Amino acid sequence: MSTVLKKTRSLEDTKLHYCPGCSHGIVHRLVCEVIDEMEMREQTVGIAPVGCSVFLDAYFDFDIIQAAHGRAPAVATGVKRALPENLVFTYQGDGDLASIGMSEMVHAAARGERITIIFINNTNYGMTGGQMAPTTLEQQVTTTTPAGRDTRLAGFPIQVPELLSSLPGAVYLSRVSAHNPKNINKAKKSIRKAFQAQMDGLGFSLVEILSTCPTNWRMNPVQSIQWLEENMMEIYPLGELKSVEGVS
Amino acid sequence: MSRVLMKGNDAIGAGAIAANCRYYYGYPITPQNEIGEYMSSEMPKAGGVFIQAESEVAAINMVYGTSATGARVMTSSSGPGISLKMEGISYIAAAELPCVIVNIMRGGPGLGNIAPSQSDYFQATKGGGHGDYRLIVLAPSSVQEIYDFTRQAFYLADKYRIPAIILGDGFLGQMMEVVELADSAKDDEYARIPEKPWAITGCKGREKNIVNTLLIEPDTLEKHNWKLKDKYQQIAENEKRADLYRVDDAEILVAAFGISARISKEAVDMARDEGIKVGLIRPITLWPFPDHVFKNLDSVKGILTVEMNTGQMIEDVRLSVEGKIPVEFYGRTGGNLPDSTAIFEEIKRMGGM
Ligand SMILES: Cc1ncc(C[n+]2csc(CCOP(=O)(O)OP(=O)(O)O)c2C)c(N)n1
Ligand code: SF4
Repeated sequence: MSTVLKKTRSLEDTKLHYCPGCSHGIVHRLVCEVIDEMEMREQTVGIAPVGCSVFLDAYFDFDIIQAAHGRAPAVATGVKRALPENLVFTYQGDGDLASIGMSEMVHAAARGERITIIFINNTNYGMTGGQMAPTTLEQQVTTTTPAGRDTRLAGFPIQVPELLSSLPGAVYLSRVSAHNPKNINKAKKSIRKAFQAQMDGLGFSLVEILSTCPTNWRMNPVQSIQWLEENMMEIYPLGELKSVEGVS
Repeated sequence: MSRVLMKGNDAIGAGAIAANCRYYYGYPITPQNEIGEYMSSEMPKAGGVFIQAESEVAAINMVYGTSATGARVMTSSSGPGISLKMEGISYIAAAELPCVIVNIMRGGPGLGNIAPSQSDYFQATKGGGHGDYRLIVLAPSSVQEIYDFTRQAFYLADKYRIPAIILGDGFLGQMMEVVELADSAKDDEYARIPEKPWAITGCKGREKNIVNTLLIEPDTLEKHNWKLKDKYQQIAENEKRADLYRVDDAEILVAAFGISARISKEAVDMARDEGIKVGLIRPITLWPFPDHVFKNLDSVKGILTVEMNTGQMIEDVRLSVEGKIPVEFYGRTGGNLPDSTAIFEEIKRMGGM
């Protein structure tokens, strides 16, 4: 018997704690595959957020620092300035990144820090039980928008790459999705570009990944994929929002 | 060894660089702005990194990241900024990362004012951030001590894997005095950075390293808490420091730290000239508090604690004497200095004169 597919080196051989149908596991694999294809495992430092992916150190077989809620880009800055040759990335949810950590994200981008943010947009706070996030869609029901997000009271969803795109320090900003094989392949290519832009010293990069949270969306995995396609993609169009000259 | 005239805030920067600190992150706040300004010009010359962070929250988290890589790193601020750093300090203490944090105290609470104060004693010594942790707190009372203690703070932080605080005030930060600088050619134990096998550097040739403060299993966190407690116990056994002045035959003691101790010293001399048997205890480590120097004071009838707040260190003095000696208080706040003649009057009153 021959092996056709095996777990990539950087991914620990262990059971994931994520719910069935959750995108976190897929994105973990993509990040690890890219790191291994770039042969960067031994030079990589990952910064874990507060959120469902707080246990990154259990799944990634390289150096990991777990940060306070939202502070990962500042922690990554401190790491990258001390280890400029290393690949430094943060992995953050939408609450962590676009709510409590907005300032740290914007200023890391403004400084053009040579770091990469892997941003999981699942339109809610997964870990704390499905409250509204800055990315929650208009009319979307969450545990803190029980009648649906009313934009007059709770504001509008934030489009992160669009928000950052005016900053010269941000050199690669993209939005991809992890809901089907075609898009998963595209997501992987985008992560690779973002990491490469960092290693080429070009500046700050961010990849937003539209993700499912079946548990808090109160759906089964198949329904959640459908919901993502039908509702998220309109507000969060896929594509490379910014890719400056030299990004490859 | 060279002697230079230096401002207190600049001496912090010079001490840090002499201790091989090569990373400084800060956000402007009076009365410590000279530290960041000094670092912005001197760090690049030393081959180091200066970042003016977007906030104190960001600055302390940059410290967390750099400290995790094993490099020596410092941040500085004053009251309102130190409050913002408290989240990060709790994480750094939990993760057992070494770093130096400077608080050049100003008046509080709230925005308070920019005048000197000692009102962050509780915040520095009793917590401030969440959870069960301690920090080493050093209180200089001259520009020379600012320079020396900053270097020592890096050494202690690395030795015990703990954040160390330099607790100064606006007077110390702003005043100029002659400082003897360390001889960089000499083998200097404060400048030597120890091996850090736990550091985050990329896992080349070793198992991965993890810096983590989430210990979800109750038994695991409890074990970690007791491990920290053991470390704090060890620090308390080894590192308590106090300066004693004319205490041998004293019947009255003044207890004061930092700039208040310097003023109190003058009052002690004035009282001695009048024949009053009075001495001064100046805690140098505010944590661990030097409680041992407050024991076996059989001839002492009373202690006067002098602070630039409404009474904070007095609680540690009272705990140290265990009710055996009455402890009184004299304090000024709002940026006002305790006057040496006013302290002298208090001493006379306590001496029944
Ligand atoms: C300072 C602070 N505030 C609040 C929390 C509680 N908290 C834990 S996870 C989380 C939300 C995480 O949501 P998100 O970033 O969207 O990630 P997800 O769990 O959906 O992957 C919150 C608010 C915390 N740990 N720290
Ligand atoms: S709660 Fe949502 S984000 Fe968290 S593991 Fe479950 S599905 Fe994934």
